[in-house]
Amino acid sequence: MPESGQERKTKTGRSALAAILAVGFFAGIIFWGGFNTAMELTNTEAFCISCHEMRDNVYREYQNTIHYSNRSGVRATCPDCHVPREWVHKVARKIRATNELYHKLMGTINTPGKFEAKRLQMARNVWRTMKKTDSRECRNCHDYASMDYVKQERRAMIQHDQGLESGQTCIDCHKGIAHELPAMYEVDPSAAIGP
Amino acid sequence: MKTIPATAFAILFLSLAVPPPALAEGGLKSLRGDRPIGEESLQPAFTKWQHDSKPIARQFIQQPPVIPHSIEGYTINKKFNKCLTCHSWANYKKAGATKVSLTHFTNRDGVELANIAARRYFCTQCHVPQLDVDPLVPNAFQPVELLNGQR
Ligand code: HEC
Ligand code: HEC
Ligand code: HEC
Ligand code: HEC
Ligand code: HEC
Ligand code: HEC
Repeated sequence: MPESGQERKTKTGRSALAAILAVGFFAGIIFWGGFNTAMELTNTEAFCISCHEMRDNVYREYQNTIHYSNRSGVRATCPDCHVPREWVHKVARKIRATNELYHKLMGTINTPGKFEAKRLQMARNVWRTMKKTDSRECRNCHDYASMDYVKQERRAMIQHDQGLESGQTCIDCHKGIAHELPAMYEVDPSAAIGP
Repeated sequence: MKTIPATAFAILFLSLAVPPPALAEGGLKSLRGDRPIGEESLQPAFTKWQHDSKPIARQFIQQPPVIPHSIEGYTINKKFNKCLTCHSWANYKKAGATKVSLTHFTNRDGVELANIAARRYFCTQCHVPQLDVDPLVPNAFQPVELLNGQR
């Protein structure tokens, strides 16, 4: 029996739908993969310092610090401290990072002078974020449940015992851990000699 | 006329090129040891900063107390002084540190200031952290009597 036109139509309809679904499915995988690959690629130190604004200032300073070279040979790179690990937070940070692209184009911090002039504002943004997340990025590596205060140096032991118990977070005491600090007259006038 | 500077140069050059025998053979002992000048001096053994401790007893009244803790990575520049984040009068209680001496608030004209004096701003000019090493030069220094009982 020859197939009726109606039947043939539904059949082609179905296979078209299947084809679309299949294409969509694979495109999705590719897009999704591409998206995540892009996320990975932009989550490296090499990417961060591809902008001279980041390379000539903060990266240079960070090379003198414990997170660049230490006795254990474990390095903390830019994204370790600045980009959240959980997917949702990570995407949110990436969206906010498009702001950096805009300011790159505008040249907001493209000279050392301009960078220094804006440093306090940028540092405050980072401090605010870390304060809000209870220094989540630090705790990804330094879990205080696994910190043995007794094995720490005297000052660290005393301060961690008191400070962490009383609800302070890493960034309250460890500002300037990876970069030079901005001029601090406004933040702590007793720790600077005045403008 | 021209020969005089040339001769002077030649003599100078030769005297630099040929070191006096004492230096060439070693035997002259200085802080860099007794290695001949032509050879590299020996690397001193690596030593580490002492572990953090309680304040270290002073040897005489006017001595700047030595630093009883690590100062690795502590920056002092015109924007910021890391030491003062613990030692300033505003912060010392929270940090459990000794507050900076009152004498650090007087400028060279004897005027009392509201903030640390510029000549006391660079703390490590006077205060130094400690390594556990033998003194380069032996000495028999005794703490002043007044402080003897302190140890
Ligand atoms: C396209 C060049 C470029 C790249 C790549 C780049 N940055 Fe930046 N970044 C900038 C500029 C420009 C600013 C200044 C933004 C402003 O003025 O608000 C900035 C600001 C920042 C700030 C301060 C943000 C704030 O809230 O004020 C941080 C932190 C930072 N970048 C970290 C990173 C990290 C981590 C990476 C790598 C994942 C990175 N940047 C990659 C150009 C770049
Ligand atoms: C990628 C993991 C990682 C991240 C993220 C990280 N750290 Fe570290 N941190 C380390 C390692 C590794 C060391 C060196 C340990 C050693 O060898 O002594 C270290 C050392 C330190 C020290 C000791 C400094 C010293 O002089 O002994 C402090 C303080 C510290 N980190 C604070 C922080 C703070 C604050 C943050 C968040 C802003 C942070 N860390 C984020 C891995 C990390
Ligand atoms: C109340 C203040 C305070 C808080 C909060 C704090 N720290 Fe510290 N931390 C100190 C002090 C003081 C030291 C010793 C001095 C120094 O290293 O500058 C120290 C030292 C350290 C060291 C080196 C330990 C050693 O034995 O030398 C590490 C690692 C560290 N902190 C990580 C952290 C992390 C991670 C957090 C957040 C979970 C944190 N700290 C929160 C005050 C604090
Ligand atoms: C150990 C954690 C850590 C690492 C690693 C790190 N940062 Fe930061 N970064 C901070 C903190 C904390 C601040 C907030 C300001 C401060 O306390 O110095 C900051 C501030 C900044 C700022 C704002 C300007 C300023 O100086 O305050 C920029 C831009 C920045 N970081 C970029 C980078 C780049 C690029 C890298 C990699 C080369 C990097 N950071 C690596 C912790 C880190
Ligand atoms: C993280 C806080 C902190 C920082 C930063 C710090 N100190 Fe201290 N310092 C202390 C504490 C706490 C003591 C007291 C030691 C104890 O009782 O454990 C101390 C003791 C001292 C003493 C001995 C005082 C006495 O009475 O004998 C000197 C000197 C000193 N520090 C100098 C410095 C200098 C110079 C710097 C900067 C290069 C500095 N400190 C940075 C916390 C700090
Ligand atoms: C020009 C040398 C000099 C400089 C620079 C200097 N000090 Fe002192 N400091 C001294 C001397 C000398 C004493 C002991 C006599 C006295 O109290 O003045 C002292 C005493 C101290 C004491 C002990 C005070 C006490 O009550 O026992 C502390 C803490 C201290 N200095 C911290 C600092 C800090 C922090 C800085 C940097 C901001 C600094 N000093 C800069 C010479 C100096």
